[in-house]
Amino acid sequence: MRPTPLLAVLLLPIALAAPGCRRPAEPADRLVVFAAASLRDGFTALGEPFRRAHPGVEVRFNFAGTQELRTQVEHGAALDVFASADPRHLRALAEAGLVEPPVVFARNELVLAVAHDAAATVRSLADLPQAGRVVIGAAEVPVGRYTLEVLDRAGAVWGADFRARVEAKVVSRELNVRQVLTKVSLGEADVGLVYRSDVASAPPAVVVVALPPEVNVVAEYPIAIATHAPRPALARSWVDLVQSVEGQAALTRAGFLAAPQAVVSP
Amino acid sequence: MTRRVGAERAALVGAGALLVVFLAAPLVALLVATSGAELRAGLSHPLVWPALRLSLVTTSVSLVFVVGLGTPLAFGLARAQGRLARAVETLVQLPIVVPPAVAGVAMLAAFGRRGLFTGLLYPSGWAVTGTTAAVVMAEVFVSAPFFVQAATSAFRRVDPRLLLVARTFGASPLRVFFRVALPLSAPGLVAGAAMSWARALGEFGATLMFAGNLEGQTQTLPLAIYAALEADVRVARALSVVLVVVAFALLLAVRALLRRSTEAQASP
Repeated sequence: MRPTPLLAVLLLPIALAAPGCRRPAEPADRLVVFAAASLRDGFTALGEPFRRAHPGVEVRFNFAGTQELRTQVEHGAALDVFASADPRHLRALAEAGLVEPPVVFARNELVLAVAHDAAATVRSLADLPQAGRVVIGAAEVPVGRYTLEVLDRAGAVWGADFRARVEAKVVSRELNVRQVLTKVSLGEADVGLVYRSDVASAPPAVVVVALPPEVNVVAEYPIAIATHAPRPALARSWVDLVQSVEGQAALTRAGFLAAPQAVVSP
Repeated sequence: MTRRVGAERAALVGAGALLVVFLAAPLVALLVATSGAELRAGLSHPLVWPALRLSLVTTSVSLVFVVGLGTPLAFGLARAQGRLARAVETLVQLPIVVPPAVAGVAMLAAFGRRGLFTGLLYPSGWAVTGTTAAVVMAEVFVSAPFFVQAATSAFRRVDPRLLLVARTFGASPLRVFFRVALPLSAPGLVAGAAMSWARALGEFGATLMFAGNLEGQTQTLPLAIYAALEADVRVARALSVVLVVVAFALLLAVRALLRRSTEAQASP
Protein backbone atom coordinates (compact mmCIF):
# COMPACT_ATOMS: atom_id res chain seq x y z
CA MET A 1 0.00 0.00 0.00
CA ARG A 2 1.70 3.14 -1.22
CA PRO A 3 0.22 6.41 -0.03
CA THR A 4 1.36 8.30 -3.13
CA PRO A 5 -2.02 8.71 -4.95
CA LEU A 6 -3.72 9.77 -1.72
CA LEU A 7 -0.92 12.23 -1.06
CA ALA A 8 -1.36 13.67 -4.52
CA VAL A 9 -5.10 14.13 -4.01
CA LEU A 10 -4.64 15.79 -0.65
CA LEU A 11 -1.89 18.09 -1.83
CA LEU A 12 -3.62 19.04 -5.07
CA PRO A 13 -5.45 22.07 -3.63
CA ILE A 14 -2.21 23.25 -2.02
CA ALA A 15 -0.35 22.86 -5.30
CA LEU A 16 -3.03 24.77 -7.20
CA ALA A 17 -3.04 27.61 -4.71
CA ALA A 18 0.74 27.76 -4.36
CA PRO A 19 2.21 31.18 -5.06
CA GLY A 20 4.02 31.55 -8.33
CA CYS A 21 2.70 28.22 -9.49
CA ARG A 22 2.84 28.28 -13.28
CA ARG A 23 0.12 26.29 -14.89
CA PRO A 24 1.39 24.61 -18.04
CA ALA A 25 0.26 25.79 -21.47
CA GLU A 26 -1.92 28.87 -21.06
CA PRO A 27 -4.23 28.68 -24.08
CA ALA A 28 -3.65 31.53 -26.51
CA ASP A 29 -7.34 31.90 -27.32
CA ARG A 30 -8.62 32.84 -23.88
CA LEU A 31 -8.65 36.25 -22.22
CA VAL A 32 -8.81 36.30 -18.42
CA VAL A 33 -10.33 39.47 -16.96
CA PHE A 34 -10.30 40.15 -13.21
CA ALA A 35 -12.96 42.73 -12.40
CA ALA A 36 -14.63 44.28 -9.37
CA ALA A 37 -18.02 42.77 -8.55
CA SER A 38 -19.82 46.01 -9.45
CA LEU A 39 -18.60 45.69 -13.07
CA ARG A 40 -20.43 42.42 -13.66
CA ASP A 41 -23.29 43.78 -15.79
CA GLY A 42 -21.22 46.25 -17.78
CA PHE A 43 -18.37 43.85 -18.57
CA THR A 44 -20.59 40.87 -19.31
CA ALA A 45 -22.37 43.00 -21.93
CA LEU A 46 -18.98 43.75 -23.55
CA GLY A 47 -18.05 40.07 -23.82
CA GLU A 48 -20.20 39.63 -26.94
CA PRO A 49 -18.70 42.45 -29.07
CA PHE A 50 -15.22 41.33 -28.00
CA ARG A 51 -15.85 37.78 -29.17
CA ARG A 52 -17.22 39.14 -32.44
CA ALA A 53 -14.05 41.17 -32.99
CA HIS A 54 -11.83 38.22 -32.00
CA PRO A 55 -13.46 35.05 -33.34
CA GLY A 56 -12.53 31.92 -31.45
CA VAL A 57 -11.36 33.82 -28.38
CA GLU A 58 -13.04 33.00 -25.11
CA VAL A 59 -13.41 35.72 -22.45
CA ARG A 60 -13.28 34.48 -18.90
CA PHE A 61 -14.33 36.84 -16.07
CA ASN A 62 -13.42 36.61 -12.43
CA PHE A 63 -15.77 38.98 -10.59
CA ALA A 64 -15.08 39.51 -6.87
CA GLY A 65 -14.32 42.16 -4.31
CA THR A 66 -11.29 44.20 -5.37
CA GLN A 67 -9.33 43.23 -2.23
CA GLU A 68 -9.96 39.54 -2.91
CA LEU A 69 -8.81 39.90 -6.50
CA ARG A 70 -5.71 41.77 -5.40
CA THR A 71 -4.82 38.96 -2.99
CA GLN A 72 -5.23 36.42 -5.79
CA VAL A 73 -2.96 38.45 -8.07
CA GLU A 74 -0.35 38.80 -5.33
CA HIS A 75 -0.38 35.02 -4.99
CA GLY A 76 0.38 34.44 -8.62
CA ALA A 77 -3.01 34.09 -10.29
CA ALA A 78 -2.79 34.06 -14.10
CA LEU A 79 -4.65 37.03 -15.56
CA ASP A 80 -4.50 39.45 -18.48
CA VAL A 81 -6.48 42.46 -17.29
CA PHE A 82 -7.46 43.84 -13.88
CA ALA A 83 -10.34 46.34 -13.51
CA SER A 84 -10.69 47.66 -9.98
CA ALA A 85 -13.33 49.58 -8.02
CA ASP A 86 -10.65 51.15 -5.88
CA PRO A 87 -7.62 52.99 -7.28
CA ARG A 88 -5.57 52.23 -4.18
CA HIS A 89 -5.45 48.48 -4.78
CA LEU A 90 -4.42 48.80 -8.40
CA ARG A 91 -1.81 51.43 -7.51
CA ALA A 92 -0.32 49.03 -4.97
CA LEU A 93 -0.18 46.26 -7.59
CA ALA A 94 1.45 48.62 -10.07
CA GLU A 95 4.05 49.61 -7.47
CA ALA A 96 4.76 45.92 -6.87
CA GLY A 97 5.36 45.54 -10.63
CA LEU A 98 2.46 43.13 -11.08
CA VAL A 99 0.42 45.35 -13.41
CA GLU A 100 1.22 48.13 -15.84
CA PRO A 101 0.28 51.74 -15.00
CA PRO A 102 -3.54 51.89 -14.69
CA VAL A 103 -5.94 54.27 -16.46
CA VAL A 104 -9.35 55.40 -15.22
CA PHE A 105 -12.07 54.03 -17.52
CA ALA A 106 -15.28 54.66 -15.56
CA ARG A 107 -16.66 56.53 -12.60
CA ASN A 108 -19.41 55.81 -10.15
CA GLU A 109 -21.25 57.85 -7.54
CA LEU A 110 -23.29 57.14 -4.45
CA VAL A 111 -27.09 57.21 -4.29
CA LEU A 112 -29.63 56.45 -1.57
CA ALA A 113 -31.49 53.18 -1.94
CA VAL A 114 -34.73 53.69 -0.01
CA ALA A 115 -37.22 50.98 0.91
CA HIS A 116 -40.76 51.69 -0.37
CA ASP A 117 -42.17 51.96 3.17
CA ALA A 118 -39.69 54.72 3.99
CA ALA A 119 -39.91 56.61 0.69
CA ALA A 120 -42.23 59.21 2.21
CA THR A 121 -39.86 59.88 5.12
CA VAL A 122 -36.55 59.88 3.24
CA ARG A 123 -36.84 62.08 0.18
CA SER A 124 -33.29 63.44 0.19
CA LEU A 125 -29.98 63.01 1.97
CA ALA A 126 -31.03 65.71 4.46
CA ASP A 127 -33.80 63.37 5.71
CA LEU A 128 -31.37 60.54 6.46
CA PRO A 129 -31.28 61.10 10.26
CA GLN A 130 -35.09 60.69 10.27
CA ALA A 131 -34.88 57.15 8.87
CA GLY A 132 -35.56 54.31 11.29
CA ARG A 133 -32.77 51.96 10.27
CA VAL A 134 -29.82 52.79 8.05
CA VAL A 135 -27.32 50.35 6.54
CA ILE A 136 -23.97 51.49 5.13
CA GLY A 137 -20.76 49.84 3.96
CA ALA A 138 -18.04 49.06 6.50
CA ALA A 139 -15.21 51.60 6.65
CA GLU A 140 -12.82 48.89 5.40
CA VAL A 141 -14.52 48.55 2.01
CA PRO A 142 -14.51 51.31 -0.64
CA VAL A 143 -18.26 52.01 -0.53
CA GLY A 144 -18.08 52.50 3.23
CA ARG A 145 -15.15 54.88 2.93
CA TYR A 146 -16.99 56.94 0.30
CA THR A 147 -20.13 56.93 2.48
CA LEU A 148 -18.29 58.40 5.46
CA GLU A 149 -16.79 61.00 3.14
CA VAL A 150 -20.29 61.96 1.95
CA LEU A 151 -21.57 62.18 5.54
CA ASP A 152 -18.63 64.41 6.52
CA ARG A 153 -19.27 66.69 3.56
CA ALA A 154 -22.96 66.78 4.41
CA GLY A 155 -21.99 67.99 7.87
CA ALA A 156 -20.82 71.24 6.28
CA VAL A 157 -24.34 71.75 4.90
CA TRP A 158 -26.68 70.37 7.58
CA GLY A 159 -24.67 70.83 10.77
CA ALA A 160 -21.48 69.29 12.09
CA ASP A 161 -23.35 66.54 13.95
CA PHE A 162 -24.99 65.23 10.76
CA ARG A 163 -22.67 62.22 10.52
CA ALA A 164 -23.20 61.36 14.20
CA ARG A 165 -26.98 61.62 13.83
CA VAL A 166 -26.90 59.26 10.85
CA GLU A 167 -24.48 56.85 12.50
CA ALA A 168 -26.84 56.62 15.49
CA LYS A 169 -29.36 55.07 13.07
CA VAL A 170 -26.89 52.65 11.50
CA VAL A 171 -27.86 49.07 12.32
CA SER A 172 -25.18 47.35 10.27
CA ARG A 173 -21.97 48.11 8.36
CA GLU A 174 -22.00 45.61 5.54
CA LEU A 175 -18.85 44.15 4.06
CA ASN A 176 -19.90 44.65 0.47
CA VAL A 177 -22.17 47.03 -1.37
CA ARG A 178 -24.50 44.34 -2.72
CA GLN A 179 -25.29 43.31 0.84
CA VAL A 180 -26.31 46.91 1.64
CA LEU A 181 -28.80 46.74 -1.23
CA THR A 182 -30.01 43.30 -0.16
CA LYS A 183 -30.77 44.54 3.35
CA VAL A 184 -32.81 47.43 1.95
CA SER A 185 -34.70 45.34 -0.59
CA LEU A 186 -35.54 42.77 2.11
CA GLY A 187 -36.90 45.58 4.28
CA GLU A 188 -34.30 45.04 7.02
CA ALA A 189 -33.20 48.63 6.57
CA ASP A 190 -35.08 51.73 5.45
CA VAL A 191 -32.14 53.29 3.63
CA GLY A 192 -28.72 52.28 2.38
CA LEU A 193 -25.97 54.09 0.52
CA VAL A 194 -24.92 52.24 -2.63
CA TYR A 195 -23.31 52.93 -6.02
CA ARG A 196 -25.49 54.19 -8.82
CA SER A 197 -24.42 51.16 -10.88
CA ASP A 198 -25.88 48.86 -8.22
CA VAL A 199 -29.37 50.24 -8.76
CA ALA A 200 -29.16 50.51 -12.58
CA SER A 201 -31.49 47.54 -12.60
CA ALA A 202 -33.03 48.46 -9.26
CA PRO A 203 -35.03 45.80 -7.44
CA PRO A 204 -38.70 46.85 -7.45
CA ALA A 205 -38.77 47.20 -3.65
CA VAL A 206 -36.26 50.06 -3.75
CA VAL A 207 -36.58 53.75 -4.61
CA VAL A 208 -33.43 55.49 -5.84
CA VAL A 209 -32.71 58.99 -4.51
CA ALA A 210 -29.80 61.00 -5.94
CA LEU A 211 -27.42 62.85 -3.64
CA PRO A 212 -26.78 66.59 -4.02
CA PRO A 213 -23.70 66.87 -6.29
CA GLU A 214 -21.91 69.19 -3.85
CA VAL A 215 -21.70 66.46 -1.19
CA ASN A 216 -21.37 63.40 -3.42
CA VAL A 217 -18.05 61.68 -4.10
CA VAL A 218 -16.99 60.20 -7.39
CA ALA A 219 -15.44 56.73 -7.27
CA GLU A 220 -12.88 56.11 -10.00
CA TYR A 221 -12.51 52.71 -11.64
CA PRO A 222 -9.01 52.07 -13.04
CA ILE A 223 -8.00 49.26 -15.40
CA ALA A 224 -4.53 47.83 -16.04
CA ILE A 225 -2.86 45.10 -18.08
CA ALA A 226 -1.02 42.47 -16.05
CA THR A 227 2.76 42.70 -16.40
CA HIS A 228 3.01 38.97 -17.10
CA ALA A 229 -0.21 38.78 -19.10
CA PRO A 230 -0.11 35.54 -21.12
CA ARG A 231 -2.02 37.31 -23.95
CA PRO A 232 -0.89 40.97 -23.89
CA ALA A 233 -2.34 41.78 -27.32
CA LEU A 234 -5.81 40.57 -26.37
CA ALA A 235 -5.48 42.39 -23.04
CA ARG A 236 -4.69 45.61 -24.89
CA SER A 237 -7.76 45.21 -27.12
CA TRP A 238 -9.97 44.65 -24.06
CA VAL A 239 -8.71 47.86 -22.47
CA ASP A 240 -9.29 49.67 -25.78
CA LEU A 241 -12.80 48.24 -26.07
CA VAL A 242 -13.70 49.36 -22.56
CA GLN A 243 -12.57 52.90 -23.39
CA SER A 244 -14.24 52.96 -26.82
CA VAL A 245 -17.61 54.58 -27.61
CA GLU A 246 -19.22 51.14 -27.51
CA GLY A 247 -17.60 50.24 -24.20
CA GLN A 248 -18.48 53.53 -22.56
CA ALA A 249 -22.09 53.16 -23.76
CA ALA A 250 -22.33 49.69 -22.20
CA LEU A 251 -20.93 51.02 -18.92
CA THR A 252 -23.34 53.96 -18.96
CA ARG A 253 -26.22 51.53 -19.46
CA ALA A 254 -24.91 49.65 -16.41
CA GLY A 255 -25.18 52.87 -14.39
CA PHE A 256 -21.62 54.17 -14.55
CA LEU A 257 -20.54 57.70 -15.41
CA ALA A 258 -18.28 58.12 -18.42
CA ALA A 259 -14.52 58.25 -17.94
CA PRO A 260 -13.08 61.73 -17.46
CA GLN A 261 -10.64 61.65 -20.38
CA ALA A 262 -11.54 61.82 -24.06
CA VAL A 263 -12.96 58.60 -25.37
CA VAL A 264 -10.68 56.83 -27.84
CA SER A 265 -12.02 55.23 -30.98
CA PRO A 266 -11.88 51.41 -31.15
CA MET B 1 4.23 -12.39 9.64
CA THR B 2 5.59 -9.68 11.92
CA ARG B 3 6.85 -7.83 8.87
CA ARG B 4 3.35 -7.85 7.48
CA VAL B 5 1.91 -6.54 10.74
CA GLY B 6 4.54 -3.83 10.77
CA ALA B 7 3.72 -2.84 7.19
CA GLU B 8 0.01 -2.70 7.92
CA ARG B 9 0.59 -0.57 10.95
CA ALA B 10 2.87 1.75 8.98
CA ALA B 11 0.20 2.10 6.29
CA LEU B 12 -2.45 2.99 8.86
CA VAL B 13 -0.21 5.47 10.65
CA GLY B 14 0.87 6.92 7.32
CA ALA B 15 -2.71 7.48 6.15
CA GLY B 16 -3.67 9.08 9.46
CA ALA B 17 -0.57 11.25 9.55
CA LEU B 18 -1.33 12.45 6.03
CA LEU B 19 -4.71 13.81 7.14
CA VAL B 20 -3.20 15.41 10.23
CA VAL B 21 -0.59 17.16 8.09
CA PHE B 22 -3.22 18.31 5.64
CA LEU B 23 -5.46 19.72 8.37
CA ALA B 24 -2.62 21.30 10.31
CA ALA B 25 -0.74 22.80 7.34
CA PRO B 26 -2.92 25.91 6.85
CA LEU B 27 -3.00 26.62 10.58
CA VAL B 28 0.76 26.20 10.92
CA ALA B 29 1.25 28.44 7.88
CA LEU B 30 -1.01 31.02 9.51
CA LEU B 31 1.12 31.00 12.66
CA VAL B 32 4.41 31.09 10.73
CA ALA B 33 3.24 33.90 8.44
CA THR B 34 2.28 36.07 11.41
CA SER B 35 5.28 37.79 12.95
CA GLY B 36 5.38 38.82 16.60
CA ALA B 37 5.15 42.48 15.65
CA GLU B 38 2.10 41.78 13.49
CA LEU B 39 0.49 39.86 16.32
CA ARG B 40 1.10 42.75 18.72
CA ALA B 41 -0.31 45.20 16.18
CA GLY B 42 -3.27 42.89 15.66
CA LEU B 43 -3.94 42.56 19.38
CA SER B 44 -3.87 46.31 19.87
CA HIS B 45 -6.24 46.82 16.94
CA PRO B 46 -9.40 48.56 18.23
CA LEU B 47 -11.67 45.90 16.68
CA VAL B 48 -10.16 42.94 18.54
CA TRP B 49 -11.34 43.12 22.13
CA PRO B 50 -14.97 44.13 21.61
CA ALA B 51 -15.23 41.42 18.95
CA LEU B 52 -13.55 38.73 21.05
CA ARG B 53 -15.68 39.61 24.07
CA LEU B 54 -18.85 39.54 21.98
CA SER B 55 -17.84 36.19 20.49
CA LEU B 56 -17.25 34.64 23.91
CA VAL B 57 -20.47 36.05 25.40
CA THR B 58 -22.74 35.09 22.49
CA THR B 59 -21.28 31.60 22.06
CA SER B 60 -21.67 30.95 25.81
CA VAL B 61 -25.31 32.05 25.75
CA SER B 62 -26.04 30.07 22.61
CA LEU B 63 -24.39 27.02 24.17
CA VAL B 64 -26.78 27.30 27.13
CA PHE B 65 -29.74 27.24 24.74
CA VAL B 66 -28.28 24.43 22.64
CA VAL B 67 -27.55 22.19 25.61
CA GLY B 68 -30.66 23.15 27.60
CA LEU B 69 -33.08 22.49 24.74
CA GLY B 70 -31.00 19.97 22.81
CA THR B 71 -30.46 17.47 25.62
CA PRO B 72 -34.16 16.61 26.17
CA LEU B 73 -34.65 16.51 22.40
CA ALA B 74 -31.71 14.16 21.93
CA PHE B 75 -32.92 11.92 24.77
CA GLY B 76 -36.35 11.74 23.20
CA LEU B 77 -34.94 11.01 19.74
CA ALA B 78 -32.68 8.28 21.10
CA ARG B 79 -35.60 6.51 22.80
CA ALA B 80 -38.29 7.11 20.21
CA GLN B 81 -39.08 4.63 17.46
CA GLY B 82 -41.05 5.29 14.32
CA ARG B 83 -41.14 7.45 11.28
CA LEU B 84 -41.93 10.75 12.95
CA ALA B 85 -38.86 10.53 15.19
CA ARG B 86 -36.64 9.76 12.18
CA ALA B 87 -38.16 12.67 10.28
CA VAL B 88 -37.52 15.04 13.20
CA GLU B 89 -33.97 13.73 13.55
CA THR B 90 -33.32 14.41 9.87
CA LEU B 91 -34.96 17.82 10.07
CA VAL B 92 -32.71 19.02 12.89
CA GLN B 93 -29.64 17.93 10.89
CA LEU B 94 -30.60 20.08 7.91
CA PRO B 95 -28.93 23.31 9.08
CA ILE B 96 -25.58 21.51 8.65
CA VAL B 97 -26.00 21.28 4.87
CA VAL B 98 -27.52 24.73 4.38
CA PRO B 99 -24.79 27.25 3.45
CA PRO B 100 -24.58 29.75 6.34
CA ALA B 101 -25.45 32.79 4.22
CA VAL B 102 -28.55 30.95 3.01
CA ALA B 103 -29.34 30.14 6.63
CA GLY B 104 -29.16 33.88 7.31
CA VAL B 105 -31.55 34.67 4.47
CA ALA B 106 -33.92 31.96 5.69
CA MET B 107 -33.80 33.38 9.22
CA LEU B 108 -34.59 36.83 7.83
CA ALA B 109 -37.55 35.30 5.99
CA ALA B 110 -38.76 33.84 9.28
CA PHE B 111 -37.83 36.39 11.94
CA GLY B 112 -36.76 39.49 9.98
CA ARG B 113 -38.60 42.77 9.86
CA ARG B 114 -40.88 41.43 7.12
CA GLY B 115 -40.56 37.83 8.29
CA LEU B 116 -43.26 35.19 8.26
CA PHE B 117 -43.53 35.06 12.07
CA THR B 118 -42.64 38.67 12.82
CA GLY B 119 -46.21 39.78 13.50
CA LEU B 120 -46.64 36.99 16.06
CA LEU B 121 -43.35 37.56 17.82
CA TYR B 122 -42.69 41.26 18.26
CA PRO B 123 -44.53 44.51 18.83
CA SER B 124 -45.05 46.09 15.42
CA GLY B 125 -42.13 47.95 13.92
CA TRP B 126 -39.53 46.14 16.00
CA ALA B 127 -37.38 43.20 14.96
CA VAL B 128 -34.63 41.21 16.56
CA THR B 129 -32.31 41.69 13.55
CA GLY B 130 -29.35 43.92 14.24
CA THR B 131 -29.28 43.08 17.96
CA THR B 132 -26.92 40.85 19.93
CA ALA B 133 -29.85 38.46 20.44
CA ALA B 134 -29.88 37.93 16.67
CA VAL B 135 -26.22 36.85 16.84
CA VAL B 136 -27.17 34.23 19.45
CA MET B 137 -30.08 33.04 17.30
CA ALA B 138 -27.82 32.63 14.27
CA GLU B 139 -25.28 30.71 16.35
CA VAL B 140 -27.93 28.41 17.84
CA PHE B 141 -29.29 27.71 14.35
CA VAL B 142 -25.96 26.64 12.87
CA SER B 143 -24.47 24.93 15.92
CA ALA B 144 -27.36 23.05 17.57
CA PRO B 145 -27.40 20.19 15.01
CA PHE B 146 -23.84 19.21 15.97
CA PHE B 147 -24.81 18.87 19.62
CA VAL B 148 -28.11 17.10 18.98
CA GLN B 149 -26.42 14.56 16.73
CA ALA B 150 -23.65 13.79 19.22
CA ALA B 151 -26.04 13.73 22.18
CA THR B 152 -28.51 11.43 20.40
CA SER B 153 -25.82 8.84 19.68
CA ALA B 154 -24.50 9.17 23.25
CA PHE B 155 -27.97 8.44 24.65
CA ARG B 156 -28.40 5.54 22.20
CA ARG B 157 -25.32 3.85 23.69
CA VAL B 158 -26.97 3.79 27.15
CA ASP B 159 -28.37 0.31 27.78
CA PRO B 160 -32.19 0.74 27.85
CA ARG B 161 -32.43 -2.10 30.41
CA LEU B 162 -30.61 0.08 32.95
CA LEU B 163 -33.28 2.75 32.58
CA LEU B 164 -35.99 0.11 32.85
CA VAL B 165 -34.47 -1.32 36.02
CA ALA B 166 -34.29 2.14 37.58
CA ARG B 167 -37.94 2.71 36.71
CA THR B 168 -39.01 -0.61 38.27
CA PHE B 169 -37.22 0.48 41.47
CA GLY B 170 -39.66 3.39 41.56
CA ALA B 171 -37.51 6.23 40.22
CA SER B 172 -39.49 8.91 38.37
CA PRO B 173 -38.70 9.42 34.64
CA LEU B 174 -36.98 12.72 35.44
CA ARG B 175 -34.91 11.07 38.16
CA VAL B 176 -33.93 8.25 35.80
CA PHE B 177 -32.87 10.82 33.25
CA PHE B 178 -30.74 12.84 35.68
CA ARG B 179 -29.29 9.98 37.77
CA VAL B 180 -28.79 7.27 35.15
CA ALA B 181 -28.98 8.44 31.53
CA LEU B 182 -27.17 11.74 31.94
CA PRO B 183 -24.09 10.50 33.86
CA LEU B 184 -23.68 7.52 31.51
CA SER B 185 -23.74 9.68 28.40
CA ALA B 186 -21.87 12.66 29.86
CA PRO B 187 -18.64 12.22 27.83
CA GLY B 188 -20.61 12.14 24.58
CA LEU B 189 -22.65 15.17 25.61
CA VAL B 190 -19.58 17.19 26.54
CA ALA B 191 -17.85 16.28 23.27
CA GLY B 192 -20.96 17.31 21.35
CA ALA B 193 -21.22 20.56 23.27
CA ALA B 194 -17.58 21.35 22.52
CA MET B 195 -18.07 20.71 18.80
CA SER B 196 -21.24 22.79 18.76
CA TRP B 197 -19.51 25.63 20.62
CA ALA B 198 -16.60 25.58 18.18
CA ARG B 199 -19.00 25.80 15.25
CA ALA B 200 -20.74 28.77 16.87
CA LEU B 201 -17.41 30.51 17.47
CA GLY B 202 -16.47 30.28 13.80
CA GLU B 203 -19.95 31.27 12.60
CA PHE B 204 -19.87 33.98 9.96
CA GLY B 205 -22.38 33.90 7.13
CA ALA B 206 -25.66 33.61 9.01
CA THR B 207 -24.56 36.23 11.54
CA LEU B 208 -23.61 38.73 8.83
CA MET B 209 -26.89 38.21 7.01
CA PHE B 210 -29.29 37.97 9.95
CA ALA B 211 -27.64 40.07 12.66
CA GLY B 212 -25.51 42.43 10.62
CA ASN B 213 -22.08 43.84 11.39
CA LEU B 214 -21.90 46.54 14.04
CA GLU B 215 -18.98 46.93 16.42
CA GLY B 216 -19.70 45.92 20.01
CA GLN B 217 -23.22 44.81 19.11
CA THR B 218 -23.14 42.23 16.35
CA GLN B 219 -19.52 42.18 15.13
CA THR B 220 -18.13 38.85 16.34
CA LEU B 221 -14.48 37.92 15.84
CA PRO B 222 -15.01 36.15 12.47
CA LEU B 223 -16.82 39.25 11.17
CA ALA B 224 -14.03 41.50 12.45
CA ILE B 225 -11.52 39.25 10.69
CA TYR B 226 -13.41 39.49 7.43
CA ALA B 227 -13.65 43.26 7.76
CA ALA B 228 -9.92 43.48 8.48
CA LEU B 229 -9.25 41.29 5.44
CA GLU B 230 -10.68 44.06 3.28
CA ALA B 231 -8.30 46.61 4.76
CA ASP B 232 -5.11 44.88 5.87
CA VAL B 233 -4.34 41.18 5.47
CA ARG B 234 -1.78 41.33 8.29
CA VAL B 235 -4.35 42.48 10.85
CA ALA B 236 -6.74 39.79 9.61
CA ARG B 237 -4.02 37.17 10.06
CA ALA B 238 -3.25 38.36 13.59
CA LEU B 239 -6.94 38.24 14.53
CA SER B 240 -7.21 34.76 13.01
CA VAL B 241 -4.32 33.63 15.19
CA VAL B 242 -6.22 34.95 18.23
CA LEU B 243 -9.35 33.04 17.20
CA VAL B 244 -7.47 29.80 16.55
CA VAL B 245 -5.50 30.03 19.82
CA VAL B 246 -8.64 30.76 21.89
CA ALA B 247 -10.51 27.86 20.26
CA PHE B 248 -7.54 25.51 20.65
CA ALA B 249 -7.12 26.37 24.35
CA LEU B 250 -10.81 25.89 25.14
CA LEU B 251 -11.14 22.63 23.19
CA LEU B 252 -7.97 21.33 24.87
CA ALA B 253 -9.45 22.18 28.28
CA VAL B 254 -12.61 20.26 27.40
CA ARG B 255 -10.56 17.21 26.39
CA ALA B 256 -8.66 17.33 29.69
CA LEU B 257 -11.94 17.60 31.57
CA LEU B 258 -13.37 14.64 29.65
CA ARG B 259 -10.34 12.47 30.34
CA ARG B 260 -10.48 13.25 34.03
CA SER B 261 -14.21 12.47 34.25
CA THR B 262 -13.85 9.13 32.40
CA GLU B 263 -10.90 8.19 34.60
CA ALA B 264 -12.96 9.08 37.67
CA GLN B 265 -15.76 6.87 36.37
CA ALA B 266 -13.43 3.98 35.64
CA SER B 267 -11.50 4.00 38.95
CA PRO B 268 -14.14 3.35 41.67
